[in-house]
Parts: sequence; C-alpha cells; structure tokens
Amino acid sequence: MTETATPYIAGKRTPKKSADDLRAQIPGWGADLDPADRPSYPREQPGIETGAHWDFPERQPEKWPRERSIEHAVLPPVFGTSTPPAGVSGAIRRYAYKYSEGRAAHWLLLVAADRVDAWEHHLKSFATLHPDNPFTETGVASEFRRHGLSSRYGQKRADVNHQWIDPIIVGGPWILAAIGIGAAFKALRKQRSA
Amino acid sequence: MRAMVYRGPYKVRVEEKDIPKIEHPNDAIVRVSRGAICGSDLHLYHGMMPDTRVGMTFGHEFVGTVHDVGSSVQNLAVGDRVMVPFNVYCGSCYFCARGLYSNCHNVNPNATAVGGIYGYSHTCGGYDGGQAEFVRVPFADVGPSKIPDWMDEEDAVLLTDACPTGYFGAQLGDIVEGDTVVVFGAGPVGLFAAKSAWLMGAGRVIVIDHLEYRLEKARSFAHAETFNFTDYKDIVVQLKKETDYLGADVVIDAVGAEADGNFLQHVTASKLKLQGGSPIALNWAIDSVRKGGTVSVVGAYGPIFSAVKFGDAMNKGLTMRMNQCPVKRQWPRLFEHIRNGYLKPSDIVTHRIPLEHIAEGYHIFSAKLDNIIKPLVVAGQS
Repeated sequence: MTETATPYIAGKRTPKKSADDLRAQIPGWGADLDPADRPSYPREQPGIETGAHWDFPERQPEKWPRERSIEHAVLPPVFGTSTPPAGVSGAIRRYAYKYSEGRAAHWLLLVAADRVDAWEHHLKSFATLHPDNPFTETGVASEFRRHGLSSRYGQKRADVNHQWIDPIIVGGPWILAAIGIGAAFKALRKQRSA
Repeated sequence: MRAMVYRGPYKVRVEEKDIPKIEHPNDAIVRVSRGAICGSDLHLYHGMMPDTRVGMTFGHEFVGTVHDVGSSVQNLAVGDRVMVPFNVYCGSCYFCARGLYSNCHNVNPNATAVGGIYGYSHTCGGYDGGQAEFVRVPFADVGPSKIPDWMDEEDAVLLTDACPTGYFGAQLGDIVEGDTVVVFGAGPVGLFAAKSAWLMGAGRVIVIDHLEYRLEKARSFAHAETFNFTDYKDIVVQLKKETDYLGADVVIDAVGAEADGNFLQHVTASKLKLQGGSPIALNWAIDSVRKGGTVSVVGAYGPIFSAVKFGDAMNKGLTMRMNQCPVKRQWPRLFEHIRNGYLKPSDIVTHRIPLEHIAEGYHIFSAKLDNIIKPLVVAGQS
C-alpha cells in the first residue's frame, strides 16, 4: 500500500540525513545554525557601527540641476555625476522626473529616453573619428572563438528558443537605417537626373 | 584612463575617459585591479533598466588600490588595497543607522525605492562603475575596507557582491535545521546561496537551472542535488514529488529579471521591456515552496511592474523576504568562513577578461558561451 504523502498527515516523512552525517560530508555544515551568528539577523540593528563621523553628510556641489525623484524631500547630499541629461533624450528624462516612482509614466518615459539616447549617440558618433561599430561593440566575434555553436546546440538550454531575436533587436534598426539612407540617396539621384 | 562605456542595448566599448575627481570631502579615488561582470549587469546591457545612459561605465564589483582621498577621509590612505561593496551608502541616514545599507536615502536622487549602486544606471544614483582603471568611491570611511593580508584578491572581488548576496539570500530564508531549500539559478549568486544554506543547517539543498555545466558546478561546489528544468514538463510538479508533495520549506530566487523557462514571460520582459523582469523563477518559487514557507528573493528586478503570481503567495500564507544585500554587514562572518575553509569564493571564477576585450566578455556572458559562470575583468592588460 502506498504511504500517504506528507501534507495529508501531521508528520514530515521525507527521509533526512542526520546532522552528524551532514556535518561529516559538508564543510561548515551548521556553522550558522544559530540565528545569532547570522549577520543580517535581526534585519534591523539600530545603533550599528558604520564608520560615519557625521550626523548629516556634507553636501557635494550640484554642478547642474540634478534630476531627482519627486518622492525625495530634498536633493540627497551625495550623488553620481555620470552622463548628465542632454539632447532630446535629456528632455524626455527631465520630463519623466515630473512623475513619481509610483507612476508607470515615469519608468516608461525613461525607457523611451534610453532608446532615443542610443540613437542620438550613434548618429553623433558618425561625426567623429570613432564611429559606433555594432560588430566590435556587440563582441559577436567571440562566437567564433568561444564555441558559439557547441555552447548552444546539443545542450538542453531553454534560451536557444529566443536568442534568434537578439540579432534582430541589435542589427534590425541598423539595417533599416541603411535601407532608409540608401533609398533617400537613390531618390535624390533620381531627382537630380530628372 | 581606459573605461568600459555603454553604447546602447547589447553594445559596449572601451574609451578614454577623464580620471574621476574628488567631488566630496569623504570621497576616495580607487585604481581598480580586479573587477567583474555581474549577472545583473546583463540587465543593463540588454537595455532593461530604465535610465541607463549611453556613456555610463558599468561595474559594481571591484577591488583596487586607493589613489587619492578627500579631506575628511580618516580610515583610508593612498596605497591601501581595498575591497568596495557594491552599495554606495552614507552610514548615517535612517536606514543605514539600522544596518540597511542597501537602502541608503542619502546617495540616490533619482529614486527613493533603491539605494546607490556603482555603475548601475541613474535609477541607482548615476555613479560610474569599476569596469575601468579608476573609480570614484563616495563615503570612503563607510563602504570600503582594507583587504586583509591573508586574502586573495580574487576572493576579495567576489566578496563585493556575488558571495555576500548569496549568503544573504540564505539568511532571508530563515532556514532551520533540516529544512529543504530549493535555489533557482546556478549562477554565482545561486551557487553561493546553495553553499550558504548548508552553513545554516539545511537538510537538503536542491538547485534548479537549465545550463548543465552550471548544474555540474552546483553539485561539485555546493554539494547540491540538481534538476535541469528542461528535463521536466513542469518543474513545480517535480519539486512537489521530490518533497513528498509538501513543497520546499525555503525557496531562493537567485535568477531575477531574465529568467528563462516561459517564452512569453521572457520575451515580454527581456526583449520587449514590457515588464520590469521575467518573473518565471519567482513564480516557480511561489508555487514550489510549501504553504507557510519562505521565499527569499535576491535576484534583481527592474522597477516596472512584473506579472507575479501574488494570489498564490497570499493564499499559501508565504513569507516573502527580499532586499539588495547590505554587503559590509556580511564581511566579518564571511571572512571567518573563508579562513575556516568552508568557502572559497574564487572557485567559481571561470574567465578573466582584459578590460580592452570587455565587449566580448559581455557577449560571452550574455550568450552563456564557453561554460562561463563568473567573468572577472582585469584592468591594464591587453
């Protein structure tokens, strides 16, 4: 007769290795068995020593009007200064910060700004000696040196069913842009020869 | 200096940038010797994290040498070898004063829901990161620590995020002796979570993934039982069978925003950016834990909504615990575990990528080529 499974009765029937067996087999087994030995127990530890020697930190200079969440009462005293908002993407970002973090509009505008930002920079890069190169910047050459095929096929990977989308996401806009430029060039030549 | 810069989704390159300057009296400038690419960097790389700006330098796992210090720095001096937690935090706000360093309120103007993280978009404060030759480290008296003389530099860099995050994930599970612990994800954080579950007295540790080479690592490094979810029609049912239909006592989501296993969830999140993350692992965690059990979430998700099965979590009476790891709180105990030989963080390192080749490093890690588990970034090598 089949035994009744655990959840239908009070006892837990799943066989377990004893603590002694586990201690013998697993280095350090049970070293943190006592919650008091766990550094994040309890989660909040008022009065913890942090090394801070200030009640409120000195303020870092604000070199441009720093975009901030409207859920903040004041501008926090310290912040990152990487990549200030600029151009069209910067305008979208500044607008996004008019919405709180609780609003979908805030995040969706920021995601849209990210896409605009990428294309602003791609276009700008063509006016420099260091234009964007999707081949080198995607690192796709490693496919040939790092077993691109054998890493994927013949394995039981769940991600192979969607990896075909990646080249479309990355290369698709470049191909469309190239086709658009080609069509515009052709139309211009046709217009001139007419 | 040479630094990795983001050029848009799936594109990065190395550029010349100015060496960062002291911007606050408690800043330090650190010359990076070892960095790393984290699985969560891939969310940025794939364009999933809102307000990820072209030109930003990623990298929140790094160690190096102090190059310069601000006028109020007391605990560090030029030349000190330091390890820097991925959290940027002040040490004095309401949250830091209670040990919630990852929730600091004084370092991130862009959002109140998340603290500061190096090289992790403007949503996390707009700080450039450590995949570069130099990096600005705010609150030098609070975050960084000198690397102990006995500690290997590659162990130290793993202690800036992946190892403490896994260890913290196991703590969030409130594991008691004999518990069955399931870990979704055999990446670096999942491997450390599985290893840590034993330290806390687990009776069984089961790791789930779809990459066989990572499951092999989970068996050898973390002594775990493993299941490849692609071998089963329904991994939740398999886990019920494995636990005599009770469900696991504790389940840890160490996957986060780009989980695989459901085409629609993955594509809507990772490719179309319509969700903050693909909550496949989280939903499996909710469904495979026992009623009254605990789900610990240390996988990273973006701030946009995700299709999480919250009704099941409510009906099962689950405890759900989660946070970004307050790294420095974990260090003293983890140092002991390393010295006692219970843990060797650098055992999971598989690749050492020169900074100049970082575009290929990102592609290899993103596409999971070459049996990659943990890539380190080495500055100053070609």
